[in-house]
Amino acid sequence: MEHFISLLVRSIFVDNMIFAFFLGMCSYLAVSKNVKTALGLGLAVIFVEVVTLPVNYLLQTKVLGPDCLVPGVDLSFLSFILFIAVIAGIVQLVEMVVERFSPSLYASLGIFLPLIAVNCAIMGASLFMQQRITMDPSSTQAIANIGDAFAYAIGSGIGWLIAIVCLAAIREKMEYCDVPKPLRGLGITFITVGLMAMAFMCFSGLKL
Amino acid sequence: MSQLFSKENKEAFFGPLGANNPVAVQVLGICSALAVTAQVEPAIVMGLSVTVIVAMANVIISLLRKTVPNRIRIIVQLVVVAALVTIVSQILKAFAYDVSVQLSVYIGLIITNCILMGRLEAFAMQNGPWESFLDGIGNGLGYAWVLVAVAFFRELFGSGTLFGIQIVPQALYDLGYINCGIMLTPVAALVLVGCIIWVMKIREEKAAKK
Repeated sequence: MEHFISLLVRSIFVDNMIFAFFLGMCSYLAVSKNVKTALGLGLAVIFVEVVTLPVNYLLQTKVLGPDCLVPGVDLSFLSFILFIAVIAGIVQLVEMVVERFSPSLYASLGIFLPLIAVNCAIMGASLFMQQRITMDPSSTQAIANIGDAFAYAIGSGIGWLIAIVCLAAIREKMEYCDVPKPLRGLGITFITVGLMAMAFMCFSGLKL
Repeated sequence: MSQLFSKENKEAFFGPLGANNPVAVQVLGICSALAVTAQVEPAIVMGLSVTVIVAMANVIISLLRKTVPNRIRIIVQLVVVAALVTIVSQILKAFAYDVSVQLSVYIGLIITNCILMGRLEAFAMQNGPWESFLDGIGNGLGYAWVLVAVAFFRELFGSGTLFGIQIVPQALYDLGYINCGIMLTPVAALVLVGCIIWVMKIREEKAAKK
């Protein structure tokens, strides 16, 4: 249980997807113009992560890892194709379920829902998990069972949500600021994210 | 030959290097652009890998564009890209193991690099293989030069080296010069890309005035 919580908190603050690894930057910059859509996209990302990571964990440990399917065969070079197929498939499924049961949410998410499939944060979480499976189990970052994979999924999803909502809030306020003209738009957004990353660096000494 | 290098083709090749740069203007593929730029060497490897993959994927998709049904095109694109990335990653593991360890997950993340999906959707689906090839190379190189530019400043000021070779002389350290540690953190990468965008916008405005 202790490891579960530590993994969760670490993946929100210390190993934050945006500020430590720059994952999911494209949609992060494109969709952070107002808080409401940012919140919707963040929630969708959390949901897709929570579903895909445990599935990919099982794939990695039961099918792809060394000696899993056939003794003496290591299939992990296939992981890129299988992971992305799982993610694309689940995003499609989520899209259909949301459309069927909550048309209003479906309409408000719009194009961003299918685009989650190519969000680096999701694929990145799966690939980091693949690396962490082989880590020493006593390490704070190790993912040793499916519960850990679940914690990592929730944590990195929440970390992404916090990052995008904060940036959207800052950008809403920045509308009223006098930014030098060539710096307006993307330039200042990058520098803002840089300053936010600096603020998040103070968590890096966090020991749990 | 003159047909192969017509005006549109030249535009497809040179546009992404400057006015239509994928990283600085279209803001695609930022994730990996920031993460691998603490040193010049991995940045070059990453830039070249992306160039090769975009060019190949563009050609393959442009050959397939008339046979693939519209509804499943995203999945087809993803599979083509994932297969190419797997090949590149295996080649890197075999011939440049140290760099592939440094790049870690970011090679796999080329699959979800928006430059790829963007070019495949916007260009390769409508154009022939040769134009798509040029477009792919152009976009890949446009991505690569931003990466190398960011990496150059980060490595020079962050660790005083280039390609792992000491550039800042020892005498300067003896005088009390200290490496700027913040250049090695994610913060510097973001601010540097912000500044590159800034400079490019100023140049664009000046060109527009003329």
